[in-house]
Amino acid sequence: MKRRSSKRRVRLVELAHARSGDKGDTANVGLIARKPEYYPLLVNQVTVARVARHFKDMITGHVERFELPNLHALNFLLHGALDGGGTISLKTDAQGKVLSTALLRLVVELPR
Amino acid sequence: MTPARGPRAVRIAAGQGFWGDWLEAPYRQVTGGPVDYLMMDYLAEVTMSILQKQKSRDPSLGYAKDFVSSMERILPIVAERGIKVTANAGGVNPRACAQAVADVARRLTLGGKLRIGVVTGDDLLGRLDGLLARGHELRNLDTGRPLSDVRDRVLAANAYLGARPIVEALRQGADVVITGRVTDTGLTLAPMIHAFDWPPDAWDLLAAGTVAGHTIECGAQCSGGNCLVDWERIPDLANVGYPIVEARADGTFEISKHPGTGGRISVAGVTEQLVYEMGDPAAYITPDCIADFTTIRLEQAGKDRVRVSGVRGKPATDKLKVSVAYFYGYKAVGTLVYSWPDAYAKARAADRVLRRRLESLGLRFEAIHTELVGADATHGRLALEDLAVEGLPEVQLRVGVRSPDRAAVERFTREIAPLILNGPPSVTGFAGGRPKPEEIVAYWPALLDKTMVEPCVEIVEA
Repeated sequence: MKRRSSKRRVRLVELAHARSGDKGDTANVGLIARKPEYYPLLVNQVTVARVARHFKDMITGHVERFELPNLHALNFLLHGALDGGGTISLKTDAQGKVLSTALLRLVVELPR
Repeated sequence: MTPARGPRAVRIAAGQGFWGDWLEAPYRQVTGGPVDYLMMDYLAEVTMSILQKQKSRDPSLGYAKDFVSSMERILPIVAERGIKVTANAGGVNPRACAQAVADVARRLTLGGKLRIGVVTGDDLLGRLDGLLARGHELRNLDTGRPLSDVRDRVLAANAYLGARPIVEALRQGADVVITGRVTDTGLTLAPMIHAFDWPPDAWDLLAAGTVAGHTIECGAQCSGGNCLVDWERIPDLANVGYPIVEARADGTFEISKHPGTGGRISVAGVTEQLVYEMGDPAAYITPDCIADFTTIRLEQAGKDRVRVSGVRGKPATDKLKVSVAYFYGYKAVGTLVYSWPDAYAKARAADRVLRRRLESLGLRFEAIHTELVGADATHGRLALEDLAVEGLPEVQLRVGVRSPDRAAVERFTREIAPLILNGPPSVTGFAGGRPKPEEIVAYWPALLDKTMVEPCVEIVEA
């Protein structure tokens, strides 16, 4: 008999919603737990290192993370994410409006 | 029962979240139910440079003209109901904007019945050399470079003013307050300071008003618009209600909307807006205070009603943020659409052909950026990892270039159309014609000592 893994891999979109915006060449992604009980999982798994790896070669700068336990949310700053940002950028998403949903593609592990 | 403290709740309605927002919103906000103030935010970072372009072509422009049309429609209602308006529609020319509104008021035979407050003093362009000479370097907050690096290309420089000059205009009896570069949040905070007489060092109260301002500054983005959570079930967006802050003297407030309107006001939706354009949540810095977003408490207080409390603040800094607009160079974006079979591969091949031609022409660009819309334009590599590109019915090739050299960008725009007949097959979508080179006016954020900026308030009688 096969042993079932004790973990289930899901995309972040199942556990969180998000909104993103810009400040110059920096995009922010606010990541919000769909239920308060998911928040610790976000804190533990959606780390600066994982997010930096997720967006590797899509951003030129570093990643910062801030915690908002009161809103069950994390805020990420992705520096150098917008090809110069604002009017300079040649990107369709010059203001990083949908980088939020790009983060929601991240796969995390849920206990069964 | 909550004991009544001070005046009743003050209702501040958001009528515009950016320049280009829904033209119906201001009218719906002043007619859909009782409100005391209408707040209209027109200025994004990018907007100031657009307005500057317009002013350089015609010195009587440089403000949000949509605001004047909106006022033409709502002024009779606003005047009759005693609703006051705060708007940063003045852009880089607030006096011209006030004049245009005064003209409208006279046409509507409201002459003598309307006091327009004009807030200026944010414009630093004429003082820039003096400031630089006195050692204010206005270093770029992102890159650290001193402004002297681009001084000869500066087109506009504005300090972000806070709520105080708007409060002063309201104290002088202004019915409509038109400002230049005032913070988005100041437009909502000012009516609260005015109504509740909050002292300048009541940091928690000022922070609460700032959070209220941040919540409604993007209009319907906190009442169901652009809301990801449960988006399919948000009712009647066609009839979306823009948000209203019902503020109390103790710094608590509720977010609501007019009855009978669409959209939704929920804790999850308001949270999405709170984290929008957020930096360090513990230090949301404005000219008026530092708000700590990690202290915000949200609760659903009824259908389409969220109660906000607990907000803590800290003393304001001694700096003001300055936004400088400067000429950067040129850009252009060209697009073509490729169809199945092999739409993705054809678009990639066309991009390679185009790049080789640009290279052999010896054109120099600061950047060439290719996106395949329908595949990787917004999520890049992350999207392609999950996508079977072979089956795509169509893909739009979108190539952008940027250069200080206008001629290089101009020549690029002539290299797109030939690909239709001399590149990969199954291509269409060129009905828009040749792309146009566009001037880039870029944004330079900096800090300046507060003591260097003197806000000015005038009253214009219509």
